[in-house]
Amino acid sequence: MTKTAFKHMRDLPSTHLLGTGTPMCAGCGGLQAIQQIYDVLGKNTVFVNAAGCMTLLSVYPFTPFRGSWLYTAMASAPAGAQGIRDALDILIEQKRIDKSEDLQVVVLTGDGSAYGMGLSATSSAMERKLDFIYLCYDNEGYGNTGQQYSDATPHAAKTSTSTGPGGYPGFKKDLFSIWAAHKPAYVATVIGAEPLDLARKIQKARDIKGPCMIISLSPCPTGWDFDPSLTAKVGKLAVRTGIWPLKEYENGIITHTKKPARRPPVEAYLKLQGRFKHLFEPKRDEKMLADIQTHVDAYWAEIES
Amino acid sequence: MSRKLLTGNGAAAWGARLARVDYIPAFPITPQTEIIETLEHWIGSDQMPARLVTLESEHSMITAAGAAAATGVRVFSATSSQGLLYSMEMLYTVAGWRAPFVLINVSRGLSAPITLEPDHNDVLAARDCGFLQLHCSTCQEVLDSMLIAYRLGEDLRVRLPVIVNQDGFYLSFTREPVEIPDRKAMEAFLPPYDPENMQFRASMPVSHAVAVLGGGPYSYFRYETHLASLQALEVYDEVASEYEKATGRANPAIGCYRTDDAEYVFVMMGAFATKARQAVDQLREAGWSIGLVRPRLFRPFPEEKIRQALAGKKGVAVIDQNISFGRGGVLHTELASTILGKSDKPPLLVSFIGGLGGRDISAEEFYEMAKVTKQAVADGKAPEPRLLYTETELREVRKLQDIACVERHELENER
Repeated sequence: MTKTAFKHMRDLPSTHLLGTGTPMCAGCGGLQAIQQIYDVLGKNTVFVNAAGCMTLLSVYPFTPFRGSWLYTAMASAPAGAQGIRDALDILIEQKRIDKSEDLQVVVLTGDGSAYGMGLSATSSAMERKLDFIYLCYDNEGYGNTGQQYSDATPHAAKTSTSTGPGGYPGFKKDLFSIWAAHKPAYVATVIGAEPLDLARKIQKARDIKGPCMIISLSPCPTGWDFDPSLTAKVGKLAVRTGIWPLKEYENGIITHTKKPARRPPVEAYLKLQGRFKHLFEPKRDEKMLADIQTHVDAYWAEIES
Repeated sequence: MSRKLLTGNGAAAWGARLARVDYIPAFPITPQTEIIETLEHWIGSDQMPARLVTLESEHSMITAAGAAAATGVRVFSATSSQGLLYSMEMLYTVAGWRAPFVLINVSRGLSAPITLEPDHNDVLAARDCGFLQLHCSTCQEVLDSMLIAYRLGEDLRVRLPVIVNQDGFYLSFTREPVEIPDRKAMEAFLPPYDPENMQFRASMPVSHAVAVLGGGPYSYFRYETHLASLQALEVYDEVASEYEKATGRANPAIGCYRTDDAEYVFVMMGAFATKARQAVDQLREAGWSIGLVRPRLFRPFPEEKIRQALAGKKGVAVIDQNISFGRGGVLHTELASTILGKSDKPPLLVSFIGGLGGRDISAEEFYEMAKVTKQAVADGKAPEPRLLYTETELREVRKLQDIACVERHELENER
């Protein structure tokens, strides 16, 4: 087991590597996580980006990254990572470049790609045991195009393509379990609002060889309809209410890294967000709220049993 | 130099071996699979120091190919038909990355209906993506074109990926005598790939293929790719001439056969052009003044060379082994724009479509096409594009339809 360098909040870097002035929306929970992740991974990285919100991080001729970046397409960023990883391995093996020139390959993708279009390329990269970090910023919808529902959208959420009284009828796909079923080197859920937990996990991913798969729930003020000042609060409530379990998979074992002791009702999380407003106004939808609570309770009952 | 009986697929594998490729992202598809199997066999038995990785789709395969080329290694990949189309988004993307590598396409007709035998709709669908295109008509040309393609694509004036096209079955599975150049000679002809500024390194961070805002920067990069492709016209001639010095084999951008004194000309690409060549000999014996022009380089399009080859001809029969639904033959429209307004007395172009899904084009049909073209010149007017089809073929299809009807009636009666 790797020893963490991050025992206390004070161990986290106080200055940040990622440049400021990006065109992300105010309060972007995805950027919040990426900023922290970049501090741990450092500049000897190449981010292989899939089409999504973060495509706009690097707009000619500017980039907030100190290291490298390659924009691929929506479905095949893991294959781009494969090409770069293999090419670097070949060059180092044949001594055509020095080992000090090596880079950590990081796929950066939203939930639209990770849960859907890019899943086949991701599955196959895990099967090939590709040595890379896969980072999904999950804002639970096709955020860059105005928050249409995706396979990551939670039950009952209103999106621009689920505007009816019940919101989105489906349930959020369990990508963590799908990934873990591949038995990759490492799988973890993180959130920007829990920086210590995040830093420990990213350090692990950095130090472990093989596919390291990270999902970061990314509160999205524009897509979820809340004030940008509330990003951290929404993120913390996602964890405390038990909606977003912080956990990791390693060597066949799933560990919950932060078990909320007393979970406030899910509505504490839901009522901050306009996408769930129809559950409270004009009158409370007791059935739907109970359904969501039951789902979350059942998850934790199974974990705690 | 050694001489061997090789299939087109074998020749392609030898081309990759002699080019000393580092990396082969792969995905199987008929009739291409033999190429990657051959390469894997050489790698597995330590005859070739390369790495082959099978991806889960052609879309991923081309992504990995482009990403590896952009990291600075020499890359080869192979596909066909549906596979090429499945990768289409990435063909455009990696060409925009200006990442040079060679992709062989083993032409096969597109779905629907699904088939295995060749025509050129697959490779022509990739016409505008930025890849250069070389079209082969013999197994020897497959090997030669592969080596030429690496020099061409990697040239600093070009820096674009290249598709080498060969016809499925007619070349891919047909053995022909192929001269395999010496390794040493090819090392001299094709030096190691120098990625120059095209690489990802810790000491040299780079942002590649980033987004642009607005049409100004977008157009700039798109025009750059276009101009780089056009530069490949000149570079091709240089490279082909060096290759000829090294091997004794000429691979001109367009192949002209008995065209100098010809009044009429066939224009065709790919393996079926060898049928046209034979037809030229037979028609010559029958007193015709006829020749064949075969574009080997299709992107960039060697417009000036084609204009010169067609100058002073009376009629040109353009035989397209592809069909653009609602328009006709792709090569025909390419030629029309080549000569229109740029030639004092342009020859009359007559359009024929044939050879779809591997359908044969017989000697009689070449004779008929020559006759139709001559008549068109006499009339001063090209007829509507001809879709080659015989009464026998139609009768055979009618028989299949009759069987289908009989069987359906049988099923309906049983119900």
